[in-house]
Amino acid sequence: MTEEMYGKGIVKGLGVTLKRFWDTYWDDAVWLFRRVTKGEKRYHSPEGIAHRSGKDSRGIFTIQYPEEKLPSPEEFRFLPFLVYDEDENGVKTLRCTSCGICAKVCPPQCIWIVRTTDPATGRPVPDPLEFYIDVDMCMNCGLCAEYCPFDSIKMDHAYELASFGRQVLDKAALSKSATYYESVRPLNAARENAARAAKEASRAVLQKTE
Amino acid sequence: MATLAPTQTLDLTERFPSAVTPDARPGYSGWIVNSQNLVEFAATLRDEFGYDYLSSVTGVDYLPEGRMEVVYHAFKTTGGPGVVFKVQVPRQDPVEVPSLISVYPGVELQEREAWDLLGIKFVSHPDLRRVLMWEGFAGHPLRKDWKEPYFEEDVKPLKNRWPEGRIVQAESKNPFGDNVAYPEGFDPDESQFDPEKALYDSLRKCQVEEVGLKSDHLLVNMGPHHPSTHGVFRMAVILDGETIVSLKPVMGYLHRNHEKIGERNTFLMNMPYTDRLDYLTSMSNNFAYALAVEKLMGVKPPERAEYIRVIMAELTRIANHVWAVGFLLNDLGAYFTPMLYGQEERELILDIFEAVAGSRMMCNYFRFGGVARDVTDNVLQKIKDHAFERLPRKVDEIERLLADNEIIRSRGIGQGILTAEDAIRYSAAGPLLRASGIPYDIRRADPYSIYDRFEFDVAVRQNGDIYDRMMIRFDEMRQSIRIIQQAVRGLPKGEIQAGRPQYTVRVPAGEAYGRVEGPKGELGFYIVSNGKPNPWRYHVRAPSFINLTAFEPMSVGQKIADVVAILGSIDIVLGEVDR
Repeated sequence: MTEEMYGKGIVKGLGVTLKRFWDTYWDDAVWLFRRVTKGEKRYHSPEGIAHRSGKDSRGIFTIQYPEEKLPSPEEFRFLPFLVYDEDENGVKTLRCTSCGICAKVCPPQCIWIVRTTDPATGRPVPDPLEFYIDVDMCMNCGLCAEYCPFDSIKMDHAYELASFGRQVLDKAALSKSATYYESVRPLNAARENAARAAKEASRAVLQKTE
Repeated sequence: MATLAPTQTLDLTERFPSAVTPDARPGYSGWIVNSQNLVEFAATLRDEFGYDYLSSVTGVDYLPEGRMEVVYHAFKTTGGPGVVFKVQVPRQDPVEVPSLISVYPGVELQEREAWDLLGIKFVSHPDLRRVLMWEGFAGHPLRKDWKEPYFEEDVKPLKNRWPEGRIVQAESKNPFGDNVAYPEGFDPDESQFDPEKALYDSLRKCQVEEVGLKSDHLLVNMGPHHPSTHGVFRMAVILDGETIVSLKPVMGYLHRNHEKIGERNTFLMNMPYTDRLDYLTSMSNNFAYALAVEKLMGVKPPERAEYIRVIMAELTRIANHVWAVGFLLNDLGAYFTPMLYGQEERELILDIFEAVAGSRMMCNYFRFGGVARDVTDNVLQKIKDHAFERLPRKVDEIERLLADNEIIRSRGIGQGILTAEDAIRYSAAGPLLRASGIPYDIRRADPYSIYDRFEFDVAVRQNGDIYDRMMIRFDEMRQSIRIIQQAVRGLPKGEIQAGRPQYTVRVPAGEAYGRVEGPKGELGFYIVSNGKPNPWRYHVRAPSFINLTAFEPMSVGQKIADVVAILGSIDIVLGEVDR
């Protein structure tokens, strides 16, 4: 040892742990008071979770997963899904045109698409016949959703997907409604809907002038 | 700030008229050195021109031209841009290049890596074994004519994914899983082959002559699953009693040939893969890769994107350093209390990353010429709350907990010393170099992005022991907080991406080396493009890996229990060491 300190450093350090020990009970007491007066809870409640993950958090820090869950921010991404629009009659149309950009941009190459061809003409139809995502290979990078020009493949928020085997999701399993998408990513969906509406409006103007 | 004459004015042909020619290929720079003059050239470069720090060594396989090239990047520890020099040799086995280990001992692991992956034989390297692959591996995987099991195509995107993408899983084609190739004359069932023989031989080679009482030396393997090894890392040591006589790091247990994957990928596809290098600092990894490709493309991100990049990179540094200090304390036996105190701050920073990038650890946030998405006002408020209020307070608190602790001081001060000269010689980078008294920080020495606009001090400590390497991380966190505060104040409004986002980027032919001061040291990407959508060569100068070169010199003469702490003070992440 280079100098004599007689354990002062250890005592100082223990002061820090003691303060944190005290904070735990003090914070619980403060929240007990808040519970009585305002009905706010420190555990199992949105305000409690917000407090524990905020800048003034002290005392017990842990989110007790799975009893309570940290809210996912809008940009959170976990596994892609395909968006379909539903009209008044309940007819579902996938936005996907099977252009293949997602399959080309995918880093681990986990997207497989079969394009539909018109049997009469032999020409491609803008609708995927089959669509697979090998979920075990997907690295959740979100590039497919980022570069899809038709707002048709988007990243999901559902992350509890443990299973006993390899998972390959097909078109049916991947399809989710536009309403679901709007509920998961409201700001993004609003922005994209506005952009699409503007595009269609300008196209309509163009057609009228022609 | 150190300003030096740019490399272009450096005329090496005058000094070496017959041995050196400028690299005249379009998009390339630097000098081509005759292989027989290499050692002499490097010694002159170091002693006369002052390029004392050889940061990166790697090879490139130019298969169509029929030659191999070894590329060296040397810098001055006083700052300024570096110099690139290359050696070209015909691509016929044996591909032989003189080793630079006598001039720059820091090339040890890097030359072994180039031998392992590219089959370039460094003559007179004292310990030229494979480093990431095992001894029974057939071939050199980074050669362009090497094919892996389940080989599909040379480059992505693969053609069978679209438009006729009926799913097949490659491994189902091979029900017996028999896809391993062995070198000629090698039989895995034969018991004579001992994959560890070369390692143990080299360990014994380093052994010093003993004096005094004759005693037996003991060979001990720590790891690959020892809890103190920060991952699947192994060190083979020879002990005299408790004292280390020689030590060899053994790695590659997490090897996935990141660079081969990178050469198959398109430029953009590599971005999420860089997250997985050092998985604690994905934003910094993104930063370095984006810089390298942007250099080739000649694009410049808009102002707002530059500020966001700096904020994210500095938050990453703080998140990494609290973690590094915590794990060092775990290694010293403070079981998880400091670790978890630090982890609280890290978790809160990861909350910010999750809101900005969509993922806590695998951020995949940077794009060529910008960032993927904008920072919303909510998140910005959160960053401000942390940078101005919480983080300064918490860094002080953790320091108060640890800095004066008698146990840490007595186990840290004077232990595992790396002298300033050795730190430079062994190409140590980052906190390891600065704790040894070398104020070399790329953000200052060779500023990239907009770091020249911020006011901060280069953290430096003088003793180069375990304690200084811990304390310098506190100093760096404080400087990072300062930078974030300035960046948040100066954050302008505007675009976050230069041009339209594109999934196929056009990268002109040429080479580029982009480097950042990552939390663990100099993180560099050496990229060679031939104008196609995929990089021809994609090399990572991984700080964790190269910092391990100095591990043996730091450890010899220490007690076995201190080696654990020395490893902790280097701060390695095996995702980056093994790549």
